[in-house]
Amino acid sequence: MNKPLSFYRPYFLSKTMSFLRRRNSTDSSKTRIADPNIEKDGADDGDKKKDQYKIPQRRNSGSKKWSCWDNCCWFIGFICSIWWFCLFLYNTMPDSIPQFVTMAITGPLPDPPGVKLRKEGLTANHPVVLVPGVVTGGLELWEGRHCAEGLLGKRLWGGSFGEFYKRPLCWLEHISLDNDTGFDPPGIRVRPVTGLVAADYFATGYFVWAVVIANLAHIGYEEKSLYMAAYDWRLSFQNTEIRDQSLTRIKSNIELLVATHGGKKVVVLPHSMGVQYFLHFMKWVETPAPRGGGGGPDWSAKHIKAIMNIGAPFLGSPKSIALHFSIEVRDIAALRAQAPGLLDKDVLGLQTFKHLMRMFRTWDATFSMIPKGGETIWGGLDWSPETETVNNSAKKGTDNSTRNTGGNGNICDTKGVNYGRLISFNKDWAETHSSKIERVDFKHVAKGDKLTNSSNCDIWLEYHEMGNRAIKAVADHKVYTAGSILDLLHYVAPKLMARGASHFSYGIADDLDDPKYDQYKYWSNPLETKLPNAPDMEIYSLYGVGLPTERGYIYKVAPPSDCSIPFQIDTSVDGDSEDSCLRGGVFSGDGDETVPIISAGFMCAKGWRGKTRFNPSGIRTYNREYKHAPPANLLEGRGTQSGSHVDLLGNFALIEDVLRVAAGATGEDIGGDRVYSDIFKWSERINIKL
Amino acid sequence: MASNFLRLRKPYYVESTINCSSSSDQKLVNLSFGIDETRNQTKKRQAKEHHGRRSCLDSCCWVTGYLCTTWWLLLFLYHCCLPFTVVHEVPELMPAVRLKREGLTGIHPVVLVPGIVTGGLELWEGKPCADGLFRKRLWGGGGFTQLLKRPLCWLEHLSLHNETGLDPPGIRVRPVPGLFGADYSAPGYFVWDVLVKNLAKIGYEGKNLHMAAYDWRLSFQNTEVRDRALSRLKSKIELMYRANGNKKVVVVPHSMGVAYFLHFLKWVETPPPMGGGGGLGWCAEHIKAIVNIGPSFLGVPKAVSNILSAEGKDVAYFRAMVPGVLDSGTLGLRALEHVMRVSRTWDSVVSLMPKGGETIWGNMDWSPEEEHVCDFSKKRYFRLSPSDNNVNKSNAKQVFRVKDPVKYGRIISFGKAASVLHSSQLPTAVLKEILHMSASRNFNSSCGEAWTEYDEMSRESIQKIGAADKAYTATTLFDLLRFVAPKMMNRTEAHFSHGIADNLDDPKYNHYKFWSNPLEMKLPDAPNMEIYCSYGVGIPTERSYVYKLSPSNKCKRIPYQIDTSVDGEDRSCLKSGVYFADGDESVPVLSAGFMCAKGWKGRTRFNPSGINTYVREYQSKPLTSGIKSMAHVDIMGNIALIEDILRVAAGATGEEIGGNKIYSDILRMSERINLRL
Repeated sequence: MNKPLSFYRPYFLSKTMSFLRRRNSTDSSKTRIADPNIEKDGADDGDKKKDQYKIPQRRNSGSKKWSCWDNCCWFIGFICSIWWFCLFLYNTMPDSIPQFVTMAITGPLPDPPGVKLRKEGLTANHPVVLVPGVVTGGLELWEGRHCAEGLLGKRLWGGSFGEFYKRPLCWLEHISLDNDTGFDPPGIRVRPVTGLVAADYFATGYFVWAVVIANLAHIGYEEKSLYMAAYDWRLSFQNTEIRDQSLTRIKSNIELLVATHGGKKVVVLPHSMGVQYFLHFMKWVETPAPRGGGGGPDWSAKHIKAIMNIGAPFLGSPKSIALHFSIEVRDIAALRAQAPGLLDKDVLGLQTFKHLMRMFRTWDATFSMIPKGGETIWGGLDWSPETETVNNSAKKGTDNSTRNTGGNGNICDTKGVNYGRLISFNKDWAETHSSKIERVDFKHVAKGDKLTNSSNCDIWLEYHEMGNRAIKAVADHKVYTAGSILDLLHYVAPKLMARGASHFSYGIADDLDDPKYDQYKYWSNPLETKLPNAPDMEIYSLYGVGLPTERGYIYKVAPPSDCSIPFQIDTSVDGDSEDSCLRGGVFSGDGDETVPIISAGFMCAKGWRGKTRFNPSGIRTYNREYKHAPPANLLEGRGTQSGSHVDLLGNFALIEDVLRVAAGATGEDIGGDRVYSDIFKWSERINIKL
Repeated sequence: MASNFLRLRKPYYVESTINCSSSSDQKLVNLSFGIDETRNQTKKRQAKEHHGRRSCLDSCCWVTGYLCTTWWLLLFLYHCCLPFTVVHEVPELMPAVRLKREGLTGIHPVVLVPGIVTGGLELWEGKPCADGLFRKRLWGGGGFTQLLKRPLCWLEHLSLHNETGLDPPGIRVRPVPGLFGADYSAPGYFVWDVLVKNLAKIGYEGKNLHMAAYDWRLSFQNTEVRDRALSRLKSKIELMYRANGNKKVVVVPHSMGVAYFLHFLKWVETPPPMGGGGGLGWCAEHIKAIVNIGPSFLGVPKAVSNILSAEGKDVAYFRAMVPGVLDSGTLGLRALEHVMRVSRTWDSVVSLMPKGGETIWGNMDWSPEEEHVCDFSKKRYFRLSPSDNNVNKSNAKQVFRVKDPVKYGRIISFGKAASVLHSSQLPTAVLKEILHMSASRNFNSSCGEAWTEYDEMSRESIQKIGAADKAYTATTLFDLLRFVAPKMMNRTEAHFSHGIADNLDDPKYNHYKFWSNPLEMKLPDAPNMEIYCSYGVGIPTERSYVYKLSPSNKCKRIPYQIDTSVDGEDRSCLKSGVYFADGDESVPVLSAGFMCAKGWKGRTRFNPSGINTYVREYQSKPLTSGIKSMAHVDIMGNIALIEDILRVAAGATGEEIGGNKIYSDILRMSERINLRL
């Protein structure tokens, strides 16, 4: 009976409550209505108590009926208030306190390398050019479709991903390129962000170059002596020049840096795919004007002191194959294994994978990451540079038992692993000797036997034009090496590869003087270009080691369903022993989680070492490896000794090397090679004409 | 048992709420229960008690929670619905949409040159108090929050060195590069944003649109010395020229950027050690047009009051409204003194001082604007019917011209009398006297560390200068400033000059301090180039000031302030101690338009190659939220202006967009200025 009253009660503040109480005592009509019921309730208790609680009753019940809803409100209000209070405290607090706290917990932090070297008296000397890699550079919108109205100048990639998280399909439409031309679709202009902000942070708080920049600033660098060579990392390298004149801009900016620094040459820091981009740039700048930059053959010698390649995928990365083949990498495959339905089924009609795959396949630049050099570099059916021959495998096994103390760099048991087989369609085929595998040629199997209902697929993928027979034929070929993988990709995605093949090449040149190598598609492949004639230049390869890196995959044919991607990594396959390199269908090797050592280190360890045909002027090369050590505790964030592909840019040892070189040191000054892995031994095994 | 408990609970509960704190009653009640129940009860009671004590705090929490929840709910709904409700951009703000339909596309690369104060600054190296601000904005964007959090630290980092005019040791503050560097100097204040968006619509993007960010605190030559800003600009223009199929660039400088770009034009022609070594033909080869927006070619009087007393019109008003706040160092703030100390280290402020002296700005008894009518509301009314406004206006003028003309020439006068009396009635040659007296400057040691140079002046000289009946023109002003701020003037006069050249071929004019003064430099030899002066008119603009001695006699206080008590009659140009003239709120028409209207018109000694000049005025209409606003900064969002810029960038010439478009008296004013051309 007093519910209606008590229901409204909480909506008044205490003051109004007291006011109401007073009013109620005079205005007795309400109480009279309430009274009889109360009397019924408390009939046993006698009259005395009735009088006592007649008036305050309402107040009580009001408090009592401070219902769940009110409590929730109260709770939220409480939390909010406390949150705001803390926020206020946090904002008024001097910024040095977090540092204090960190120091109290972890002990004094080591000085960042910039501060340390500044105390040593290092100062800014050579201007520095930063070349970001794939994915890490920001992209912003300059012209968009209707759905992107009002987002001009907002970041489409990087940062907070603009407003686009709200409209994913719109985002996909804008970030994809045209499937035929490899440029923007008509009506859309997405351009790289310029300036240091392009790639200092990828997303809020996730540093890419920020730590390097901060440390450079400590020894006196600033905007005028730093240049971020931002480019659209989705386009093929030559297309960045055609569309944005990116190469011309880099050339002009490097010339400006040299001119405004009294002729001091620049130190270039390319990261990840930026490494290949810069190789392309160096060939481009030498080539005469219509096709190239017309800088003349000694442009590099005049303008570049050193190229410090960070996490360099000179020879590509197997990861890109899995991405092209089935848009999977280890982590995604593992996720799929955990929650089988989630990613496969078209819950909510999302078809995330297919969308992503289509987007990914329009990005020409990703072709640059396909393994280069074929079986010569990546190993054949029965050998690979990372593993010793079968005869020695027993000995190797014993080595491995002591690897923790010996520190020979292997991160897993490589026994019996055939890294050369980048894709195998069964665990057995991944392991049996090649002579016992009977492979069926797939190239001549006709396609066109359409998948059932594939016409219903609203997302177009070239897989839909294959057929069951073709898919079976691909699986029947069983094992693919770096050489045959190209055939595979050409088979499953002919249009895509036709576009990619006109911009990139993956072979090894027999005769570098052949005039065909003047074509730009060879420029980013270190095995098909000569380094410029710049004997004073130095080339470093700085990369992380000690992390399991994808090196080969075991695939299976996915259970047939409409419109899905027909191949998947077979996550159920695991190695025999605890520390087997095979886990979740992925063979891991040593590297920085993305780029295997062989790709990052081979060129500097052997391909360019001394005077070779790839390096006719004898540019000095140095291999600098950084052994991965996980962050000691959470407060260290992503660690100061990390070896992983991107976190390496926050590695203090690497930054110190970079700063020293930027301040004028040579490779010998900073200690020449520093190698933890077996890269030199592996390079020995690679049989390439130099 | 349970029913018993329930029944009994009520009275107890009632009591406890009647008298929350009296536990004795409850104890009595409790005693009547069994032990088990007591324990049970106690727990419940505590809970109930808690409920019972819904105090003010709880209610507050509740209300906050309620509000928060509602807010979140609404926010959630808003965000859910937003993608479906199509957000259209205000069509009026996008003239580019219309022009694109006409088939306009961007042809010439565009370089934007921001003005003073509108560019962002970020920290590259700082004192310990600025920890954690590395590469964060100090000026522009979110930078102003730092002002609130650590004001002194912020001021310290924005100051420059008092003698060198460069960074103080241990501090490096650098301009923010990139298109969005000058975008929002303060939240909600669009500077370049609308223009950039419109340019983007007709096809511009990073490769053919460049923002020439520079440190606007430094003197122009120092931006090159420290940051290589001029070299970078040159290289950028050359790159854009080449990368866009040898199309010349269109330069759009704003405010002080105008003077900066004049400086650049001379710098680029000068051979290397001092200049850029581009050769004499560089401008002809690379520049199609310079569209100056709100140009402060001949300086602004505002800069004078800024230097003298760190006041602008707005600050003066504010002081009049709330007398105590700014003056009475309450809270130890002394904001103005701080502002003055910082802004006096900025050399660039001096570049904005009126140039051309009495010839341009008028002397004691004469000024080019003397016929100006100050009834702005009236004037706007007339201009709304623009058909033949010249006739209209001159009629209006005859009607209203009853009083003596305003003596705008006296940029600073002490006391109202000094601003109106005829010069013969004023004492003469006062300044000379004072200057002689300057030997007797003495340090007022009791004030401790000197903050501003005023602290180094003796009391008598301050008073002597500020004595009533003294007025200073654009020429004598510099004597005054040299006296009150000798160090600053020493430093800056090596970088800027404010005179008029007699003989432009004199080799002394090769020095960089003359480059940014249009009256002491020749335009480059580029007959095909075009120069536009685009500015807003119809807004009262500060033109001269009435000063008084500030009442406070204490140390570290600015001894002069604008006398806000002085007002003219109705429709007078004098309001709160400030004489207003026509302009765009910051720059008087005279400064913005004279060079294009007369100084460079045709073939003059300042413009030997006969570069075409156009005056494009944008009149103020009754405001509809910035869209047509004319004010100095807001003009960047003016659609007529944007349309002009887009057309020029798409290849149109000045004649094609309609030649001169004049609403103000600029031609007549220019006529009155007697300058040898």
